[in-house]
Amino acid sequence: MNPTLVDRRYRLSQAVMAEVDKEAAKYPSRRAAVKSALRYCQEEMGWVSNEVVTAVAEYLGLEPIEVYEVATFYDMFYTEPGGRHRIRVCTNVSCMLRGAEAIVNHLQEQLGIEIGETSPDGRITLLEAECLAACGGAPMLVCGNQYFENLTTDKLDSLLDQLD
Amino acid sequence: MNAPITDTAATVTFSFNGKNITALGDETIFQAARRNGYEIPHLCYSDSLRADGNCRACMVEIDGERVLAPSCCRQPTNDMTVRGDSDRARKAQSLVLELLRGEVGNSHFSNGSELDHWCDQLRVTESRFGDRQQPAGDTSHPAIAVNLSACIQCTRCVRACREEQANDVIGFAYRGIRAEIVFDLGDPMGESSCVGCGECVQACPTGALMPAGGVGLETIDQTVDSVCPYCGVGCLLTYHVKNNRIQYVTGRDGPSNHGRLCVKGRYGFDYVNHPERIERPLIRRDGVPKGLNEHFDPADPLRMFREADWEEALEYSAAGLRRIRDQHGGGALAGFGSAKGSNEEAYLFQKLVRTGFGTNNVDHCTRLCHASSVAALLEGIGSGAVSNQVADVANAEVIIVIGANPASNHPVAATFMKNAARSNATLVIIDPRRTDLSRHAHHFLQFRPDTDVALLNAMIYTIIEEGLVDSNYVNQYTEDFEKIQENIAGYSPEAMAPLCGIDAVKIREVARLYGASRNSMIFWGMGISQHIHGTDNARALIALALMTGNVGRPGTGLHPLRGQNNVQGASDAGLIPMMFPDYQRVDDQGVRSWFEQYWKVNLDEKPGLTVVEIMNAALDGEIRGMYVVGENPAMSDPDLNHSRQALAALEHLVVQDLFLTETAAYADVVLPASAFPEKTGTFSNTDRRVQMGRKALDLPGEAREDLWIIQEMAKRLGLDWAYGDVSEVYEEMRGAMPSISGMSWDRIERESSVTYPCQDEKDPGQSVVFGDGFPTASGRGRFVPSDLIWADERPDDEYPCVLITGRQLEHWHTGAMTRRASVLNAIESYPVVSLHPDDLEQVGVAEGALVRVESRRGELVAYARVDSGLRSREVFIPFCYVEAAANLLTNAALDPVGKIPEFKYCAVRLAAA
Ligand code: SF4
Ligand code: SF4
Ligand code: FES
Ligand code: FES
Repeated sequence: MNPTLVDRRYRLSQAVMAEVDKEAAKYPSRRAAVKSALRYCQEEMGWVSNEVVTAVAEYLGLEPIEVYEVATFYDMFYTEPGGRHRIRVCTNVSCMLRGAEAIVNHLQEQLGIEIGETSPDGRITLLEAECLAACGGAPMLVCGNQYFENLTTDKLDSLLDQLD
Repeated sequence: MNAPITDTAATVTFSFNGKNITALGDETIFQAARRNGYEIPHLCYSDSLRADGNCRACMVEIDGERVLAPSCCRQPTNDMTVRGDSDRARKAQSLVLELLRGEVGNSHFSNGSELDHWCDQLRVTESRFGDRQQPAGDTSHPAIAVNLSACIQCTRCVRACREEQANDVIGFAYRGIRAEIVFDLGDPMGESSCVGCGECVQACPTGALMPAGGVGLETIDQTVDSVCPYCGVGCLLTYHVKNNRIQYVTGRDGPSNHGRLCVKGRYGFDYVNHPERIERPLIRRDGVPKGLNEHFDPADPLRMFREADWEEALEYSAAGLRRIRDQHGGGALAGFGSAKGSNEEAYLFQKLVRTGFGTNNVDHCTRLCHASSVAALLEGIGSGAVSNQVADVANAEVIIVIGANPASNHPVAATFMKNAARSNATLVIIDPRRTDLSRHAHHFLQFRPDTDVALLNAMIYTIIEEGLVDSNYVNQYTEDFEKIQENIAGYSPEAMAPLCGIDAVKIREVARLYGASRNSMIFWGMGISQHIHGTDNARALIALALMTGNVGRPGTGLHPLRGQNNVQGASDAGLIPMMFPDYQRVDDQGVRSWFEQYWKVNLDEKPGLTVVEIMNAALDGEIRGMYVVGENPAMSDPDLNHSRQALAALEHLVVQDLFLTETAAYADVVLPASAFPEKTGTFSNTDRRVQMGRKALDLPGEAREDLWIIQEMAKRLGLDWAYGDVSEVYEEMRGAMPSISGMSWDRIERESSVTYPCQDEKDPGQSVVFGDGFPTASGRGRFVPSDLIWADERPDDEYPCVLITGRQLEHWHTGAMTRRASVLNAIESYPVVSLHPDDLEQVGVAEGALVRVESRRGELVAYARVDSGLRSREVFIPFCYVEAAANLLTNAALDPVGKIPEFKYCAVRLAAA
């Protein structure tokens, strides 16, 4: 193994390790806890850096590449740093038919950024998402762990106001 | 590995494309169809890899099934009706090809693209699907060009890297339109932890991964099947040649490598074309002093030498040797052969020294690597060869690797150990350095250097104390067990733990593991042998195996990993001072008269001097003339200042080599020799396999084949040799070596690789030996107890650190070849000293800065590299760098039995340079 990989020393916090252990105990192999570990780390760090990938691998006895594949596969894991909040607007069929484009445009205008970018104050990263299984409430977005449905520009503005 | 047909008795008959065909064992539809002559398109399938079934190019229609099935991962059942050529199947196959054709657009990096091939076959010329957004090429790796624009995401490279070589570098990241092959965490390949084995390149069906330099688009003139010139693993390979240059190399399905290669075997061949190749014989200019002085320049040999024609050079070479022989007797001459040369060269060279010089002073670098192991093995079990082949790890429950770094030094062997560790076996690594293979170990014992006997005796103690001795085996097949029992009392794990730095509990755990398992193999390397107690170390390992009955069955045995590609063969062929071919002792009257008849000369009855003894004798003026073929004692011997003085003291030195080596700096004559791919001969690997190396290139300039040169020397020393072809030398050698009596030249030529012992032409050769006793006088294996002996030079206040020397993955031995191989030299280009982070801090320099390392014998300056696999106060230096030659520092103290120097331990101190 490349020594530089080994030496990128980031270690999981006690709290995360405890959560991961609890998860891992449910399965025959520790490997099964990889997504939980990534999730807890992301909650704590805001995103999944390469250091996090390496530390999770070490903690679970996996190869870094195995964890990296999982981390990059799921777009709910953020492998790039971003703003304090990530807004992911669904632009899949149902939402699209119900005006997702206008929602995106409004957010872009208000924040002065394009999809994929972070506001200059580091507050918000704007992302696009595929169907989040809330078509009944289309158009919708997710921010943090919270769904915002049946969006209108007013709702968007009040959401933006709430975010620190 | 090729999908093994496990049970040939079980067959299935089914209909394929309208004909009844048979599938053997667990063959898939695809494999059975192919064996019966039917082709089915396939891209993600490769014989050497697990079938993954992801590309869907191999779809077939099975009667009664609603959907098509991927034939590469579907087994047939009796009476199944399958069609690979129905409209529906063909349409599915073509559609896959068309989709992929669309993905890769016009990218073209290989004439051998399988995608192109199948598109041609199925007449897919256009694609209705658009290009994807193509990633840029990545040329950051010196050996491998990455052009993912041609990638069809079949994951063959992923499986090759992770499942076959177990290097875990390549991954398949992201998904959907972003899906991408990545190295490590998305790094450029050249900056990743890739070890350059090139298995991914060999696996890639499209040219997305190719050897660098665009060679994939060259038209190849000829391919030549041969064997790798580097290490004892003995991988079979194929050279792809154009215009008398090797363009690239691919692995062949040999018994020791199954198509795998490492970075040296795959990318280390262009040294043969290096501008520093000597192409004409050279004679020292009058008055130019010998040595690594201002006249010595491998790039410009004419500063030290003048060119001569062969006649003059040979006559000059031989005349010097003749004069010394005639005035001072044969004992004033000595010859160093090489473990890099073929069996035939080794045989002929030792015959030349014995019959032409009239002395047994002939040796080679085996003295510097496994002499102590062989001494212990001959004494204990009557044979120095391995009992089991590396591939046998697949049958082992426990694998112990001690004092060896196979990931660097036997890389392809290491892949099989990794595979075994990932399937069933428990891998135990015992070494002062945590090297790459430790990543796969279930137990890693980082013991203190020099405490091998303490640790191994503690294991022996545990096995006896805890009743794990296999008494039946001991009674039936061994003798002197009581000597071990008597000796072991003081060696409890609890008493030894503080010496070796391993917890007694851990020592007991590993001893128990080994003792209780039914099949265990022990592999060892120079970490065991290169000590003044090297023979004792090996004795302890042999005792462990004998007392637990871990010898002589599949997955059960002893394997001292041979370093050089032909160190086994050169030793077998008699390139050692006390033995004729096949380890027949020169001081045995009967043996000697047999050889006197066979060779029709009188032979010296006195065993000759060994490598280090020859150097000492040269310095004392007792040895006056030497003939050195392909060895580089001015780099490889311990305490170089001393051995270089010895070389300088010689009256006459003839060096035969490819380049002006450091040893050639002391030569009177230098004879330009043949490189590995420029000659044909047999080579015996660590597994006791005799394998055929074939000539692929013409010799440059006036360079000559080594066999020719040796014969010309022989003629001028009064021997009337007239060997026509290399096969005649082989057949004469075979006549003197019962072990290979069953292998004719033609058979090796035909089969490329044959295992010995081999009695007759039909004998497949014994892959496991010692199943029913040992080739000793009593037929029993003998226990020889070992006691603690400390290294000759231990650290003290003045020289507080321990120096461990060894090799790197990329560089072979003294670097004469690999430092002139462009790819290898690009990967590791300058001398390094590896240090624990604390030592670096202590010295007060940053990583990459220069550090001075001094011993009582010499000093060097090298770049600091952090290695947290070392312990503090233990430093590692590879010995291939002339500008920082590790052997300037090493200690020439010898093991009293094996006469091997203590390369693995001496005291040094560090300072910022
Ligand atoms: S790089 Fe080659 S082997 Fe790897 S996935 Fe792409 S096409 Fe397949
Ligand atoms: S493992 Fe040894 S024999 Fe095989 S390719 Fe590498 S150097 Fe050559
Ligand atoms: S399409 Fe937007 S939530 Fe389903
Ligand atoms: S070759 Fe069968 S699915 Fe790829």
